[in-house]
Amino acid sequence: MSTSGLDELYREVILDHYRSPHGAAPIDDPNVEVEGHNPLCGDELIMHLDIVDGQIRSMHIEPRGCSISVASASMLAQQLEGASLEDALELKKTFQAIMQGAEWPEGSDPGDLEALDGVKNFPVRIKCALLAWMTLEQALAEYDHDLVGEVVIDRDIEVVTRKS
Amino acid sequence: MNPVDTQTKTAPLDVEQIRQDFPILRRKVHGKRLVYLDNAATSQKPQSVIDAISHYYSHSNANVHRGVHCLAEEATEAYETVRRKVCQFINGDDPNSIVFTRNTTESVNLVAHAWGRKFLGKGDEVVLTVTEHHSNLVPWQLLAEDTGCKLRFIDIDDEGRLRTDHLDEYITEKTKLVCMGHVSNALGTIHSVRTIACAARAVGALVFVDGAQGAPHGPVNVETLDCDFYAYSPHKALGPLGIGVLWARRDLLEEMNPFLGGGEMIRNVSLERSTWAGVPYKFEAGTPSVADAVGLGASIDYLMELGMENVRTHEKQIVSYAMERLAELPFIRFFGPRDPADRCGLVSFIDADIHPHDLGTVVDQHGVAIRAGHHCAKPLMHRLGVVATARASFYIYNDRSDVNKLIDSLLEARKVFGL
Repeated sequence: MSTSGLDELYREVILDHYRSPHGAAPIDDPNVEVEGHNPLCGDELIMHLDIVDGQIRSMHIEPRGCSISVASASMLAQQLEGASLEDALELKKTFQAIMQGAEWPEGSDPGDLEALDGVKNFPVRIKCALLAWMTLEQALAEYDHDLVGEVVIDRDIEVVTRKS
Repeated sequence: MNPVDTQTKTAPLDVEQIRQDFPILRRKVHGKRLVYLDNAATSQKPQSVIDAISHYYSHSNANVHRGVHCLAEEATEAYETVRRKVCQFINGDDPNSIVFTRNTTESVNLVAHAWGRKFLGKGDEVVLTVTEHHSNLVPWQLLAEDTGCKLRFIDIDDEGRLRTDHLDEYITEKTKLVCMGHVSNALGTIHSVRTIACAARAVGALVFVDGAQGAPHGPVNVETLDCDFYAYSPHKALGPLGIGVLWARRDLLEEMNPFLGGGEMIRNVSLERSTWAGVPYKFEAGTPSVADAVGLGASIDYLMELGMENVRTHEKQIVSYAMERLAELPFIRFFGPRDPADRCGLVSFIDADIHPHDLGTVVDQHGVAIRAGHHCAKPLMHRLGVVATARASFYIYNDRSDVNKLIDSLLEARKVFGL
């Protein structure tokens, strides 16, 4: 791959999210708090969700990591504030499939997330893009185990509950 | 004893010539010349090491210490010859004080099990430093859990040197063992082993040195270091992956428990009980990696031909130049001692605006291989107040042009990020 692959990876929209991420503002009384780690590289991410009537009313994400993991977390916050838990879980599954090589389904509106398509060409960075989403899955499982079912443990990402 | 080391003259390394010996350095990465600056993770291998392994499998392959046939004798002789070379390489006085393991990590675990679990208990203390690689920390944590001994940690100063001003607060009559890296893999600091060993001696404690980043980069003399155990990984010193070294004082090895049980390490076995082979075989259960040992022998030949003093001088020069160039970049902050005399050939740094992983990815696209992450030293990262750093580590085949490539690619990263 030539260095032009870098332009695909570090698209302007990603850098924008990196510089000023969504979900940065703390929220009052979250009912789920989880913390995701990538033990391989040391990236960390704290996620607080305020869930009311099956919807994510607000969320706070505090990522400490690279541009890809921060931008992915920011896009997650941008897309899922106000979303139903089912939609949130569905988007997590779709995005994970995209990172593993799938294309966005026809008619879907990935929004800014589409900009992360370039990550596929950098296999060692895929886990960076997935950290926030694996953390989200764990957060939803903490809130409603039946909704999520068995969380598949990712070798590269470890999520711990801070307060259930 | 082979006098090759003492005959080596002080001479600058001929990097151009050395590069010819490393086939991997001829390959391209992303269309660019490979600039390999991840030597603290593992070094590349010269053709002579690759050939030695190939020759062993082509001509002498057999299991060691148990056959009466010609090949078994040759394999055993080759294996034991390397034990003598390793002993000479670190200036030990007894080849039977050299135990072959898989890597430094296994060497540390061996001592924690075979010595620690036999001799340590509640009320005893093991002193480490905040800079340790996880491999020289976690085995001692496990030991502490099992035996009730306590771990204490020597802190660092602002330049990443171990604080030796209040050693008597850490090293007391409770201290039974001091475990320290020879050189920090994340900071590059060459630790003052002798100063700390002196404090350990004063209270009758033993000294374990993790030499993973020491032995590859300069002369090692276990006698003058005044340590009791010294471990290193030959794969960071031109040798093959898969073989490790533990040197220990013979009397300690004699009184230690075995580590792993099995073939090779026994004297006599009945259904009920067994007795142990002599040192070092007591610690070498199972078939060893003879081919890797042979490759290790070839790597020591290569380094001793260059002269370890010359290797050290070369690295000091190149790291000095790297710090000079990095200091020109106002957005770069680097860690560890400023004085190249206190630092081995590596430099750990961060960009104020770009995460180390992003730096790693961008410079890789320019053919430059560096490490980005916590360097298996998470407590140290915490101590420095960072999550990760980027690390460039140099070796005998690197020169100023490689440093220049690194600097250029760091500037490219700024462009990619619109800075």
